[in-house]
Order: sequence, then structure tokens, then C-alpha cells
Amino acid sequence: MRKGLIFGFAALAAVSTGALFNTNSAKAAGEAIALPQLEWSFEGMFGTYDRASLQRGLQVYREVCSGCHSLDYIAFRNLADLGYSEDEIKAMAAEVSVVDGPNDEGEMFEREGRPSDYFPAPFPNPQAAAFANGGAIPPDLSLMAKARADGPNYLHALMIGYVDPPADFELAEGSNYNAYFPGHQIAMAAPLFEDAVEYADGTPATVDQMATDLAHFFMWTAEPKLEERKGMGIKVLIFLLVFCGVLYAAKRKVWADVH
Amino acid sequence: MADTAAAAQAGSGDTRRDFLYLAAGAMGAVGAGAVVWPLIASMNPSAEVLALASTEVDLGPVVEGQRITVTWRGNPVFIDHRTADQISEAEAVALDDLPDAETDEARVQKTEWLVVIGVCTHLGCVPLGQKTGQNRGEFGGWFCPCHGSHYDTSGRIRKGPAPLNLPVPPYEFTTDTTIVIG
Amino acid sequence: MSGFQSNNAVIKWVEHRMPIFSFLDHSVGSGYPSPRNLSYLWNFGSLAGITLVIMILTGILLAMQYTAHVDYAFESVERIMRDVNYGWLIRYIHMNGGSFFFIVVYIHIFRGLYYGSYKAPRELLWMLGVVILLLMMATAFMGYVLPWGQMSFWGAKVITNLFSAVPIFGEQIVVWLWGGFTVDNPTLNRFFALHYLMPFIIVGVVILHIWALHRFGSNNPIGIDTKGPQDSIPFHPYYTVKDAFGLGVFLLVLAAVVFYAPNYMGHPDNYIPANPLSTPAHIVPEWYFLPFYAILRSIPDKLMGVIAMFGSIAILFVLPWLDRSPVRSGRFRPLFRLFFVLFMVDAVVLGYAGSQPAEGAWLRIAQVATAYYFIHFLVILPLLSVFETPKPLPTSISEPVLKGGGGSMAGAPAKPMEKA
Repeated sequence: MRKGLIFGFAALAAVSTGALFNTNSAKAAGEAIALPQLEWSFEGMFGTYDRASLQRGLQVYREVCSGCHSLDYIAFRNLADLGYSEDEIKAMAAEVSVVDGPNDEGEMFEREGRPSDYFPAPFPNPQAAAFANGGAIPPDLSLMAKARADGPNYLHALMIGYVDPPADFELAEGSNYNAYFPGHQIAMAAPLFEDAVEYADGTPATVDQMATDLAHFFMWTAEPKLEERKGMGIKVLIFLLVFCGVLYAAKRKVWADVH
Repeated sequence: MADTAAAAQAGSGDTRRDFLYLAAGAMGAVGAGAVVWPLIASMNPSAEVLALASTEVDLGPVVEGQRITVTWRGNPVFIDHRTADQISEAEAVALDDLPDAETDEARVQKTEWLVVIGVCTHLGCVPLGQKTGQNRGEFGGWFCPCHGSHYDTSGRIRKGPAPLNLPVPPYEFTTDTTIVIG
Repeated sequence: MSGFQSNNAVIKWVEHRMPIFSFLDHSVGSGYPSPRNLSYLWNFGSLAGITLVIMILTGILLAMQYTAHVDYAFESVERIMRDVNYGWLIRYIHMNGGSFFFIVVYIHIFRGLYYGSYKAPRELLWMLGVVILLLMMATAFMGYVLPWGQMSFWGAKVITNLFSAVPIFGEQIVVWLWGGFTVDNPTLNRFFALHYLMPFIIVGVVILHIWALHRFGSNNPIGIDTKGPQDSIPFHPYYTVKDAFGLGVFLLVLAAVVFYAPNYMGHPDNYIPANPLSTPAHIVPEWYFLPFYAILRSIPDKLMGVIAMFGSIAILFVLPWLDRSPVRSGRFRPLFRLFFVLFMVDAVVLGYAGSQPAEGAWLRIAQVATAYYFIHFLVILPLLSVFETPKPLPTSISEPVLKGGGGSMAGAPAKPMEKA
């Protein structure tokens, strides 16, 4: 009995670690470049978002990124997660104009944005986006933090990765050198520079600060339910631990006369 | 068989075993309940459905005596620009005559504008009476063709199987001629 | 037969008209005698069944929110993640539940391989299990296509293209599978329909699997038949409580992943919407397909690669006739045991090779591992059954308990269970 048990756990460990090891290495295969590892408040079992950082990240997105990049899956109402009040959200939504309709005369019309509206896209369609950007379509950023390996660190690294290329590096026409972009040639020009925005909360707007806030913000846009998930997880795990203990005791009791 | 196994146990062991069974069963039931709730809740309206809850209507082009239908939350909303006759008719009804007693005053914000949800309170059909020439029932309001409910010019049930008046949705006048429903 | 008795009037009334209670009693109740020496490795069968139920329940709820259209599929999944009440929870359970289903089933299979559970008289039980594995793979593959991310799309394209290796009709078959000239909306639609259907077919085959199981009962770690009442204990309460504890531990691990590493076993590229014009730099299937993917790529010929990949599973069907050793359990087969460990290592190596780009050293290694995979079944097992000298078998299941058990266990077999 005991032998079988040990064997069982060995097999479980072998198969499962083998499996996980595999996916890990598969992920790693795509990124040979080591990214600077930051400490994020949303990591760990009790991780939560830093509201102030999220708000700063939103500001950078709105003032810098949103000229080219859409954020399709975020509606103004979602900004309540960032700590904004209903009135603030209404005011922000009202700043954009939204195409609605058709009205009774069959015409499309523009109106003030409402909290239920989604963030407006900078280009009406992918073709227009490609045309305006020399053929490279600026991707939607809603899910970027989950669509790249080690997403938040990658996004931060990409933002601070605009450095001078090595002397022997041949840069293609219309590309920019980035230390962390796979292949190092990226179509996007360096988007951030010192004091590109003036933070509402007075935080000095260094490139690194803006990159960190943006990455934090994009983690939220990619995984808005993270706090709810982790908060629930603790309760579920504690419950299951106790439950397992009770079941194990019951099992021992039932089997007492067999062993 | 379970009894045979139980018989093999000593007396004090029984209590302990029963307690463990009870604890495991209770925790299992609680756990199952906690799992079932999110599964059921997922079928409730989702966040984006709840957010799309307002409809703006321009009443400017609606002349006296005209009725228009707009959509709010997927349901028809009847807007009636009532004539003076229709208003006085609605106001004159004695509350005792009403199955679902409600004054006309309580159902409108401006007497000439009646706004009600156009869904029969019997079993959910859309009553007739919005278009000219349609049967408006015995009380000049709306008539539900499914099971014969008659509504008056205040949208109140007067005759037929429907138990309640046509409900008034939450709305407000943002200007003299514009309302926002929801 | 039939030790089932009840004094409850309602139960008696129903039982008289439809003997469902005695049926349950004989299936998972006290009326089902099981070997007394089953280890925790025998938990994985019922665990797989419960995982199937979890997958079906969460799947039905997801289907209520999902839109099977190329323009809306990705978006509808994001809507589930963001706007549907607890949608993120249900989707993460379903997504990781698929991986856990395979972990559980693979352990279940390796347990069967080691203890010779495929041997007479359980050949059909084993073959039904292989059918379940095939159905699971098809279901998992189609399910992975539904979110319509980059990996979904390119996985679908590559796997459906396997059928183009079929001589003469290959092209027609693939066009027929697609319902078009590439993976497109008709493909997504039919994959959704089939992904919804196939779990219920799996349930059907699982019922046959359990039916076949109950004919001779479970195999056990010693691999010899139960010889009498002293060798068995009733399924309930002994194995119901043991399975319940195993389930608790399983749920604990599943919850840890769902709540704290939900995307760990996924691939970032699947959070990029499908783009039929651009293939990701490095496409890999889900981890549970990697060994088979490695076999496919290790053979430089298209048709032979496909044949080898399907053959690697098909070979399991004839396993009962390849391994002719009369001894079931690997415990009493010293050489088999050694080769079994090598085979497990081989499977892990294949899996790892499958995750690496198909070039250089890893391609070489995958080729050796593929060859070994087939040699294990086609050469080693048949030879072992002839040349291996097994250790002496105990005369009964309760005997080793008497012999090696020591003081605390000595009294146990003295109280024979009465046979139900």
C-alpha cells in the first residue's frame, strides 16, 4: 500500500511537472532577451492594483498612446475600478464624441459619450490604421499584458528600451531600435519622453515612471477581475484545506478496521 | 454492509465517526452551494447589459394625439401625446372602478405626455393602439389582442385578465421636449 | 446478488418498479465488493469522471454566453471575462479544467500500464478507455479553437491540414473539414457544434467503460484476482470516502491554479485575436498534445508522420496482445518495471521535444524518443513476456498483509467481510 502511494505521487509529480516545464520552456523560447523584473503590487496571493498608479497610467494612455492605439474592451464605466466617482466618469465620457444612430431620419449622428460607451478607437478600421502608420497597424492594447510573455515587465521594458543601437546594427528604413523588442526593430517611434505628461497627482513624469504606470494600467485592462479572483481564491483555498482535513479524518476513521 | 462495518466499531468510535460524517457532509453541502451560486448568477444580466439602460427621446416632432413607440432595454415604450379630452377622461375615472387603483396624476410628469412600457401585464404581448386605425379597446387606450385586456388613456387596466396597469418606466425631462428613459 | 434492503416506503415503492437503488448499490454502493488493497492511484478513475462533469457544467454555462462567429468569438470570450457575472471564474475553471482532465487521465493511463490493467479479462475495458482518450483529444482540440485567438486559429489550421496527408483525397477532405478554403467561419461553427456534442458521447463511452469495469471489478496493485470475501471490502463507505478525500485534494490543486495562475498553462498568443494573414513565430499545441506533436514532427515524411502520430495512440488498442506476460502487476516483473520507467522518461522527453523548435539537437532527440516509443510496445513488451522471469506471486490479496504487515495489521483479515 505504502509503496503504491509513493509511486503514485512520484508519477503525479513527474507527469505534472513535466507538463508545466514544457509550457514554460515553450513560452521562454520566444523571448531570449532578459527583461528587467519590477515588483508589482498585483503580484502574489494578496495582490491588488495600486489605484494611483492606474490613474496615472490612464492619463498617459489618454494623452500619449490613444492617438494611435485603441483600447477596445474598456468602457468608461469600467473606470470605477480605478477609484473614480460616477460624476468623474461621466465627465470623462462626455469629453469624447461617439457616433450613434441611425436616428429617425436614417442618419448617423455624433453625441456626447456616456459611461456605457467604450473608449473610442483612433482609426475607423485596420486599413486606415495601416495607412496612417506606414503599413504597421498599432495593435489594440486591452489585452497586451496577457498577450506577451511576462506582460507587465515586457511592456515596461519596451517603453524604456529605446536606446542607441549598437554601432554595427543595421536599422531598416522606418524602424526604430528597441533593446527589448524581439528583433530589436520596432515600427513605433519612442512614445515617451521626460515630462510627456504632467501628472495630476504631481508625481515626476520620468520615462521610467510613465512606463511603470502604463504597464500597471495595461495589466488592469487585461485582467480587470484580478482583485476579485485573488480575494475569492484565499477563501476557497482555506475552505478546501479544512474540507480535506475533515475528509482525511473521515477516511482514516472508516479505514481503521482494514489497516 | 455499512451496518456490518459499523458494528465492528467500538461505541465511542461511533460518535466520532458520526461527527466526521456530519462535518464532511455539511461542508460538502456548503461547498456545493457556494459553487452553484456563481453558476446561477452567471445567467443574470451581465454588466454591459445593465449599463445600456437609457434611451433618449426627442418629443419635438410628436404632435398632439400622436403616439410613438421607442425601445428601452429591448422592450417597447409607448409615448402618447395626449389630447385634452384624453387627459380629462383619464382624470375623471373613479378609483373604485380600477382593478389596480392609481390616479392619472401619479402616472405622468407632464399631463400631456404619457410614458408607459408597452408590455401587457398579463402574459407579455404588445397591446394594439399605437398605430391609427388599430383597435384601442373599450376605453380608448390600448387593447391587447392576445387575451383581450383593455387599457384606458392612462394605460391603466380596466377590463380583461391583466392584473396591473402598464408600468411607467423611470424617465426624466432633460429639456421641455426631450426625455431620457432609464 | 442483491443485498440491498431499505425500510423507507418511498424507496421501496420506486425500487419495486425500477430497481435503481439496488443498481446504484451494486455500482458504487456497499453492494460492490472491491479489492481491499487499492492504492491512491485508483482514485484517478472516479476523479476523471468528476472532472468530466465539471467540464460539462461550466461548458454549458459558457455556451450560453459564447458567440460562434469569427467576428464575435474573441470578443464574446472577453465579454465573459469582463461583464458576465463570475464569467472569469467559469471560464478559467473550464480552461484549466481541460488541462487537469488530461493530467488525471494520463495518470490513470500510466497506472493501467504499470499494473497491467489492460490484460485479460479487461481488454475491452482498456480499449474503451483508449476510445475515451481519442474523443477527449478531439474535444479538447476543438474547444481550444473556440476563443479564436492566434493559437486557436493556427492550431486549427495545422491540425486539420494533417488530413491533407491522406493520398488522393487529402485536399478534398481538408476542404470538407473546413467548409471553405481555409479555417473560417464555417469551421468555427462546426467545431462549436461538435465541441458541445462530443462530451456527451464521452459520457456514453464512460458508461460502457464502467459497465465493462463492473464485469470483473477493479484490478489492484498486486494484480491477482480477488479469491474470496477476505480479499475485498465494500465500495461504500471505504472507497467513497477515499475518493471524496482524493477529490478534495484535486479541487485544492485545481483551485490554486484557477485563482493564482490561471494563464500558466495557456499561451500568451491566444490573447491576440486570430489573424489569418500572419502566423505566430513559434506555434505549439497545448501541453497535453506535445508528445504526439513531437512524434509527428520527428518523421520527415508528411504521410508517415501523420501515420506515426495516430499510430502512437492506435498501438494502445492492441497492447493487450503485445504484452503476453501472464503477470499483471509491474511489482512482480523486475525487467518490465525498469522498462516502464524508461518509457515514462521517454514520454516526458517527447513532450519536451514537442515544445522546442523542430531543428537541431531536439529534432534528433525527438526522433530517438519516437523510435523508442514504438520499440517499447512492439519489441520490448513482446520479448519481455517471453524472457522475463517474474517474481513469485502471493497466493491472495490478503496474504501479503498477513505476512509483511506486522503487528497492527495482523488482526484485520480475521474479520472477513460478508459478501453482499
